[in-house]
Amino acid sequence: MASILLIAEQYKGSLRKVTFNGLGFAKQAAEQLGLDLHILIAGSDVGGIADELQGYGAKAIHVADDSDLEIYRTEPYTQVVCKLADEIDAQMITAAATVQGKDLLPRIAGRLGAGMASDIVEMLEDGTFKRPVWAGSVIARVRVETDRKVVSTRGTAFEAPKKGDDTADVNEVDVSLDEADKVRVEDMEETKSERPELTEARVVVSGGRSMKDDKGVKMIEELSDLLGAAMGASRAACDAGLVPNELQVGQTGKVVAPELYFAIGISGAIQHLAGMKGSKVIVAINKDPEAPIFQLADYGLVADMFKVVPEMVEEIKKRKGA
Amino acid sequence: MKILVTTKRVEHYESKIRINAEGTGIVTDGLTYMINPFDEIALEEAVRLKGEHDAEVVAVSIGSDDATQQLRTALAIGADRAILVKVDQPLDSDCAAHVLKAIVEREEPNLVLMGKQAIDDDANQTAQLLAEYLGWPQATFAAKTESLESEAEKQKEPAIEVDDDTATVVREIDGGLETVELDLPAVISVDLRLNVPRYPALPNIIKAKKKPLDEVTLDDLGVSANAKVTVLGYEPLPERKAGVTVESVQELLDKLQNEAKVL
Ligand SMILES: Cc1cc2nc3c(=O)[nH]c(=O)nc-3n(C[C@H](O)[C@H](O)[C@H](O)COP(=O)(O)OP(=O)(O)OC[C@H]3O[C@@H](n4cnc5c(N)ncnc54)[C@H](O)[C@@H]3O)c2cc1C
Repeated sequence: MASILLIAEQYKGSLRKVTFNGLGFAKQAAEQLGLDLHILIAGSDVGGIADELQGYGAKAIHVADDSDLEIYRTEPYTQVVCKLADEIDAQMITAAATVQGKDLLPRIAGRLGAGMASDIVEMLEDGTFKRPVWAGSVIARVRVETDRKVVSTRGTAFEAPKKGDDTADVNEVDVSLDEADKVRVEDMEETKSERPELTEARVVVSGGRSMKDDKGVKMIEELSDLLGAAMGASRAACDAGLVPNELQVGQTGKVVAPELYFAIGISGAIQHLAGMKGSKVIVAINKDPEAPIFQLADYGLVADMFKVVPEMVEEIKKRKGA
Repeated sequence: MKILVTTKRVEHYESKIRINAEGTGIVTDGLTYMINPFDEIALEEAVRLKGEHDAEVVAVSIGSDDATQQLRTALAIGADRAILVKVDQPLDSDCAAHVLKAIVEREEPNLVLMGKQAIDDDANQTAQLLAEYLGWPQATFAAKTESLESEAEKQKEPAIEVDDDTATVVREIDGGLETVELDLPAVISVDLRLNVPRYPALPNIIKAKKKPLDEVTLDDLGVSANAKVTVLGYEPLPERKAGVTVESVQELLDKLQNEAKVL
């Protein structure tokens, strides 16, 4: 039977949570289109992770375990996915629209001659897709015209499915890569953080250019830590080097939809809103009452962050103690 | 060395985008246009590389006659030549990649620099597709290690290192910054933190009028406009209900605890 192939994503041997959101879409699509669900996990020493993917109704879990796959690189991963896609007659190939997904999926689409819908938020009954365009100002409905389709999913738009007790076959993928790779990873400068990952957190506290310097950043960090929150930022804060680039929330950064989002000293440019307007509750703190962020916020406080953030920290500590 | 840069014409990033009554497109009245901001960064990098390597920079735009404006801007910023691929309808990413492949086969650049996405369709596909169709290596999301307010940026030196056979690129990935070396020719897509693009200087705007700008059609290139992805229509986003203003930290925390129940 024809199938749908979900590419699971791992980082250093742990599955990324967003894979399960992608799985939510893949399961739905498998049912709707009458396809078998197959999952691929690629990496080095990733056999153990396959177990975590059991219980989601997959027909098979394919494990591509090879030292050449340890660090993600476009070409080796493309080869592994395309070969498997042919073997299992995959009509749809899908993954989360992470940095890796964005790098990999178009390349796969090109190689398979498939059309690709990027960053979708919904699949309709007729098999067409909805996706945000113009920095999420509007939603486009698109149709992929090829039989085979490649789809990247926006994590915040799909819920992770419940785990059941079914077992999928586990298949070891024979990894044989053609030709020497033309891309070599020379170095990796990791961002170290004890905080929850931005796209996975229940609460996100974001600071803008207004943080100004380390002192302002520390303030936002302290509030984040007190709330067990992930930290986010505006582009302007990242450009200024105040915080690591990957904390950028927005059109061209991370898309988040936590239960609670704090925008502190962030003006609310449309590019920023594109990444957080799906949040359940939005709090804005800004000293400018005209800041566009207030039009979106559920709760707005017009104030100087350097005054009220420390106040919040004290007050939360007090309430927690009580 | 020759560098090909894409410069797509897009609605200005500060535009308020509204859908037309039929839901078939956007209302274009009163909109202003610009080079896709990510392409501006690609162009800036190309011009910096040109300063260091005696390279020729060729800007290409796929669009209507109006895209000539963006190509003239590109020439004023420092491109040496420009090519307009004239189309009546916007192309999907796949067609755009096929067009660019045909241009690459004519021009034979050592390097293609492009924005990681265009801020209209936000698809983030064309660079990767082009690399695939050419059989070239790709490095997506090029950035620099230092911030955009650093001394390194003020020096206006290129962040991408290029020699005869290879390019070295810092990539923004989930988890940090990765440095890759890739064999040339290659396609590199750029992210926001690569550089701060310059504005064209007035004398250069005047000089740009004399620089060559060629026009080609899909027929000339032997590419057909078969879309693999079709846009069927547009719809607005669901509105969020209006919020409230709070007066104090106390009130804010009370509301978050008791009303929204998220603390
Ligand atoms: C192609 C492109 C892509 C982009 N992608 C993104 C993206 O993904 N994410 C993103 O965020 N942006 C993005 N941007 C940038 C975006 O347009 C804005 O420039 C950016 O979001 C502004 O950041 P900011 O609000 O921190 O800074 P500013 O616009 O400088 O605003 C600072 C705000 O802080 C307030 N403030 C200052 N001091 C204080 C204080 N002491 N207390 C309280 N409030 C204070 C001010 O009133 C103001 O509202 C993009 C832009 C382009 C062109």
